[in-house]
Amino acid sequence: MTPAAYRPVVLDESPEHEHGPSGLLKWITSTDHKVIGKSYMITSLVFFLLAGLMAMLIRAQLANPDSTLLSQHTYNEMFTMHGSLMIYLFVGPVAFGGLANYIVPLQIGAPDMAFPRLNALSYWLYLGGGSLMMTGFLTTGSAADFGWVAYAPLSNSINTPGAGPDLWIVALLLTGFSAIFTSVNLVSTIYYLRAPGMTMFRMPIFTWNMLVTGILILIAFPVFTSALVLLWCDRHLGTHIFEVSGGGVPVLWQDLFWFFGHPEVYILALPFFGIVTDVIAVFSRKPIFGYRGMVFATISIAALSTSVWAHHMFTTGVVLLPFFSLMSYLIAVPTGIKFFNWIGTMWRGSVKFDTPMLFAVGFLVTFLMGGVSGILLASPPIDFATHDTYFVVAHFHSVVMSLVMAAFAGFFYWYPKMTGRMLREGLGKATFWLMFVGTNVTFLPMYLVGLKGMPRRIAEYAATDGFTTLNRISSAGSVLLFFSVSIFLVNALVSWWKPIPAGDNPWDASSLEWATTSPPPQHNFLKIPPIRSQRPVWDHNHPEDRIIEREGPRLGALVASAGGGTVLLDEVGLVGADTIETRDPDR
Amino acid sequence: MGVPGVGKPRWIARFSLLSMLAVVLGGCSLPTFGAFRGATTQGQAEFKLWSWMTIAGLVVAVIVWGLILWAVIAYRRRDPDKMPRQFHSNLPVEIIYTTIPLIIVAFIFFYTVTTENKIDALAPNPAVTIKVTGFQWGWSFSYRNSAGKQIALVETAQRRPPVLAGNPTSPEYPQFVLPLGETTRIVLQSADVVHGFYIPAFNFSRYALPGVTNTFDFTPVHTGVFPGHCSQYCGLYHAEMLFSVRVVKPGAFQTWLNAESASGVVA
Repeated sequence: MTPAAYRPVVLDESPEHEHGPSGLLKWITSTDHKVIGKSYMITSLVFFLLAGLMAMLIRAQLANPDSTLLSQHTYNEMFTMHGSLMIYLFVGPVAFGGLANYIVPLQIGAPDMAFPRLNALSYWLYLGGGSLMMTGFLTTGSAADFGWVAYAPLSNSINTPGAGPDLWIVALLLTGFSAIFTSVNLVSTIYYLRAPGMTMFRMPIFTWNMLVTGILILIAFPVFTSALVLLWCDRHLGTHIFEVSGGGVPVLWQDLFWFFGHPEVYILALPFFGIVTDVIAVFSRKPIFGYRGMVFATISIAALSTSVWAHHMFTTGVVLLPFFSLMSYLIAVPTGIKFFNWIGTMWRGSVKFDTPMLFAVGFLVTFLMGGVSGILLASPPIDFATHDTYFVVAHFHSVVMSLVMAAFAGFFYWYPKMTGRMLREGLGKATFWLMFVGTNVTFLPMYLVGLKGMPRRIAEYAATDGFTTLNRISSAGSVLLFFSVSIFLVNALVSWWKPIPAGDNPWDASSLEWATTSPPPQHNFLKIPPIRSQRPVWDHNHPEDRIIEREGPRLGALVASAGGGTVLLDEVGLVGADTIETRDPDR
Repeated sequence: MGVPGVGKPRWIARFSLLSMLAVVLGGCSLPTFGAFRGATTQGQAEFKLWSWMTIAGLVVAVIVWGLILWAVIAYRRRDPDKMPRQFHSNLPVEIIYTTIPLIIVAFIFFYTVTTENKIDALAPNPAVTIKVTGFQWGWSFSYRNSAGKQIALVETAQRRPPVLAGNPTSPEYPQFVLPLGETTRIVLQSADVVHGFYIPAFNFSRYALPGVTNTFDFTPVHTGVFPGHCSQYCGLYHAEMLFSVRVVKPGAFQTWLNAESASGVVA
């Protein structure tokens, strides 16, 4: 079958015939996933900048021994709010609220999310919750200062009284519901709103990962949100759920928190794995290597991530060490598969290093460091020696900084689609190199200072501790990160003042979002190309180099004999197992 | 379809070189990679595991970093008009990179479990028993006799607001004493919130959890003074919840204990 021209899709309205409010009122009342997605991204970037400034204060405090720049109390607030903003209000929401909201409907050829008004509600809950958390700084008792994990009984009303901690709890209840609603929306959209021909196994990996992320959110967030209600009851209604005095169990909070907290790590990571996968394939001009292996690896990571939570609790003395250790080690296997798939995608490709690809490679290098140190920490004896030290801080910052790099890969990759303008390559590359070098200069010394015995969350250390030099190197690195992000903001401003038009498909990319205009019209598509593989736009633009799916002889025949099952399997694409290649320049 | 190998000889050369290096280093003394060698038998067991797992981790990391570097250099776009072959899988390679990590995991899991059993093992008759209590923001070390009665007490003096965090070994922080070569039982509790009882040089930390009693053993193998910290964030003065431990020969320990008992702090 030859690739047909784009076939028109029936549309009841075109962008020229938009009705309704404009300006601020349009933004407030919009249920368009693209508007909501952009609002999410901008809001989460503001939280990212605020949390980054808090990190700069933390680094300034730790640059000297016996530092009195911040009081102990202020320092405790700073690391609590830095962690809370980054984890709850930036890394997650920018992915599942921002990028996924904007990109997933486009990637599957849908006109909008399944529940547009619920989508708007999610955003307003998120904005309300996030702002509420920040208002803690305006209260007399100050913002929450019990760490982003709020361990009981430190988080009770005796040890941390005041409105700041209460605002923190209510804020997370709101953003918790926001995340739950968003994932209901994402999962429904991906299941029900795929364009004709878009079988499950033709979805881009980013969309696949958002589906799995959505399911993980539905597993993890209700537990956390409920636990917050219980914490609130302990603080205000006189219950003793996490209090020894009334027969409660403090460690229950840790169990509930980490039952959310560890899947949360993958809720944060999987979307960015998806971005990197798609970016590497596009900039290598090749299909994804081991696509199905990638999908099953993602699903296994998600499944395993629900049974590893107590590796955060190895030193409590009350968890079954071998079980949680084994489950944590096992996550290395599907993660390893992903690494080899990413390398395999570049293998014998034609790799071009535009800014998104640089960030994707930066992600690979940095994430590997986080992964290897993560395997060490999955070993209970090694965790006994390093738990709650800067070694752990270094480990998870290697991971989250790699995710930040992947987020920037996504920004640079999709910015042309969302705005119709290109970001400047030179400034983009400067952002990348400063971030890559800055990340390593900031966080590699933390591994060493952790091994020397520096505990995390301490406001000061003594000159005799021997932590000074390594901390100064870290603080110097954080300045590089500051400039890196600043240059990115300049880049966005430059593109605003002096636009370079992007065109519909500046990267010669392959998934459906590149089939529409930049930015897309209100209901996304005027025409949709036929979807006959994982790369509909590529098939259209490169008919000579497309991969034609055909019914796999083995599985296909088996399924055909099973009769009615065929329809279902065809729906998920299981009978497209084998492919033939149309051209081989090596032969 | 014929997809050539991934430069396997180079892999193998690199891998065996590093493994040989590791073995040679292991023959004399294991590399520390910045960690403590461990001043107790338990800490030394942890150190051996740490060192070997770090070697294994670095070997894997260097191989994968090497592959990434190789892919981005060897396959950088030279000719914009040349389209790469559109292959998307290679079953043998995929099977290899799924199986090898599984085997590695099996090995490190086995080594981990045997080590953690050593570290968590409790001696039937410890020479000394100390009940350690963490509180906001200090520690108390209560030496018990075989009947469970307190015979000596070392604890953080109540003095708030505190000065800046000093050296954990300086006199304003409590210092408890352990006998060299003998097994001491620590019975760890918390009086209020969660604290972390952490002695870096012993390669060990354990939570002091309200409502839970944690029990573990130390068998020191080096004399000296070692700093200790509270590792789990516990509120305002977390950074100043310091202590130290001094390991002395058994005779000196007995002298110290007698002096402490006689000093009258004992309840």
